[in-house]
Amino acid sequence: MADMLEVSGLTKRFGGLVAVNNVSFSVREKEILSVIGPNGAGKSTLFKLIASFLRPTSGEVRLKGERISNLAPHIAARKGVVRTFQETTIFKNMSVRDNVIIAHHLRSKASLVGFFLGTGTAKADEAAFGQSADEILALLGLASLAGETAHNLPHGHLRALGIAIGLATNPSILLLDEPFAGMNHDETMRMVAMVRRLRDLGLTILLVEHDMPAVMKISDRIVVLNFGQKIAEGTPPEIQANEKVIEAYLGSEDEAIGL
Amino acid sequence: MMLSVKIASVAVFLAIVFIAVPVLIAASGRTDLYYTLTSVALLSIASAGVWLTFYIGRINIGQGAYALMGGYVSAILVMNHGWSFWPTLPVAGLFCAAASVLIGLPILRLRGVYFAMVTLTLTEVARLLALALPITNGAKGIVSIPLPGALSVFGLTIIPDFATLQNPRLAFYLLAVTLMVVCFAVMYRLVHSRIGKLCQSLQQNEELASSIGVNIAYLRVIAYAVSSFFGGVAGAIFAAISQSIYPSSFTVTDSVNFMLNCFLGGLGYVFGPMLGTLVLYFGWDLLFQTGEFQLLIYSGLMIVLMLVLPNGLLSLALPSRKS
Repeated sequence: MADMLEVSGLTKRFGGLVAVNNVSFSVREKEILSVIGPNGAGKSTLFKLIASFLRPTSGEVRLKGERISNLAPHIAARKGVVRTFQETTIFKNMSVRDNVIIAHHLRSKASLVGFFLGTGTAKADEAAFGQSADEILALLGLASLAGETAHNLPHGHLRALGIAIGLATNPSILLLDEPFAGMNHDETMRMVAMVRRLRDLGLTILLVEHDMPAVMKISDRIVVLNFGQKIAEGTPPEIQANEKVIEAYLGSEDEAIGL
Repeated sequence: MMLSVKIASVAVFLAIVFIAVPVLIAASGRTDLYYTLTSVALLSIASAGVWLTFYIGRINIGQGAYALMGGYVSAILVMNHGWSFWPTLPVAGLFCAAASVLIGLPILRLRGVYFAMVTLTLTEVARLLALALPITNGAKGIVSIPLPGALSVFGLTIIPDFATLQNPRLAFYLLAVTLMVVCFAVMYRLVHSRIGKLCQSLQQNEELASSIGVNIAYLRVIAYAVSSFFGGVAGAIFAAISQSIYPSSFTVTDSVNFMLNCFLGGLGYVFGPMLGTLVLYFGWDLLFQTGEFQLLIYSGLMIVLMLVLPNGLLSLALPSRKS
C-alpha cells in the first residue's frame, strides 16, 4: 500500500531540550498507526508537529508527497491533515449538529460574501453540510443527541463528537490525540470498534495513546518513542516481543523494585 | 420564531421609529428629544460594532478611537477638501476599517484582558494624536462644519440640503435611525449566516476552529474591520450633527459605555446593543436629579444588573438563543 503520510528526520528542540529527535516513519493508506511511549517520550510534541500546531526545528512531514510542515494549522487542515484534541475540545455552546456542520467549513464552495448574501451556492452548501452532518452523527451513534447543546454531553459522547468534527473536514488522515484517555473498559472497547469502523470505511488514522491494551487491539502498526527517539516500529506482536520496548516500559521500574 | 411574527415585529419597530416617534414629538413639542434619540441611534451603531467583536470573543474597549477617527476624517474632507458630507460617510467608515486592519493584525492575537487593555489605550492614543497632529487643528478642534448638503443621484434629489430644512433635527433623526436600521439588518444577516457560526466558533475555541480549517486570523480581522466601520460612520454623523469635532469628542468613557451598552442589552442577542444604548442613555439622564449621587447609583445599578442578568436585558424577554 502507498504511503499516506511520511515523517522524515523530524526534530523539535525547546531550548536545550530535544523533545523529538530525528524521528522518521510513514503511515500507509487505510491503516491505523499508533504512536506510543512512556510519559515525556515526546508523543504530544510529535503529534503537534504533524498537525502543524508546532514548527519543526528540522526535518519535515509530507502528505501524499507534498510538504505540509511549517504551514499554519488551518492550511494543513485544508491539505487534509486534521487532528482531534486530547481534552474534550468542542464548541461548547453550540448544538451537537451545529458543531459538525461548522466543521464542514473546509468544504464550502461559497465565499464569506456569498454566505452573507445567501447565494445559491451558499444555500446548496448549507443543505449539503446538514445532510453530511446527519450521516456522520448517525455513523458515530450521536444522531439522537443532534439537538443537544454540546456541553451537556457525557464524556464518552464528547470524545465521539470530537471525532465527528474531525470527520466532517473530510480528512486524508485523521490524527487522534489519546482517544481513550479517561475512558472505562466498556467505553474504550466501543471507541476501538468505532475507530476500526472508520478505518474500514477507508480512512487513514494516526493515533497517540497511553492505553496499551487498546493500542494492541486497534493498531495495524505501532511506533514506539522513548526520550524523543524512535526505538521500535512494527505490528503489535512484534512490539510486544521487542526487547527495547520492554526495557523502556518496564526495565527501569524492574530495577527500581530490585528485580 | 415564526417568519410572520418576525416580519410583524420588524414592521412594528419600523412604524415606531419612523412614524410614531416623530408624530408624538410633534404633538408634545419636545423637539429636544430628537437630539437625544439621534444620539441613541448613533451610539447604538458604534455599540453594534463592539458587540461584533464580543461575538468573536474579544472585549473591545476601543470603539471611541474609531468614532473619533471617523469624525475627523469626515470633518477634514468637508472643511479642507470641499467634499460634500455624503461621500465622506462611507469614506470615514472605510478609513476606519482600513486603520483597524493595520491595528488589528498585531493586537487581535491577544486574548481576554490583554486585548481589552490594548484597546482601552487606543482611545487615549487617538485623543493624543488628534491633539498633536497639525491636520486635526489640535485642542481647538474643527468647528463650524456646514450641515450636510443635498444628495442627488442622476439629477434626482433624494436628500434635501439640511441647511434649507425647517427642522434639521428631524432630518438628522431620520438619517441616524435609517442608518441604525441598516446597520442592525446587516448585523442580523451576518450573525444568522454561516459567518455568524464561524464567529461563534472563534469565540468558543480558536484552536479547534483552526484545526477544522478556519482561517482565524483573517476572520478576526474582518470582524474587527466591520466593527470599526460602524464606529467610524457613527463618529462621522456625530461630527456633522454637532458641526464640530474635538479631541475630547470621544473619550475612554465613551469607549467603556459602548461596551457597557452591549453587556446591558445582552451579548447573545443582535439587538442587545440597541436596547442597551437606549436604556443606559436614558437611565443616566433620569438619574441626573440625584445630583452628586448620579454616578454612584448608576454604577451600583450596573453591578446589580450584571449579577442578576448576566445575559443582558433581552434575556428577560427572549428565551435563551438556541443555535
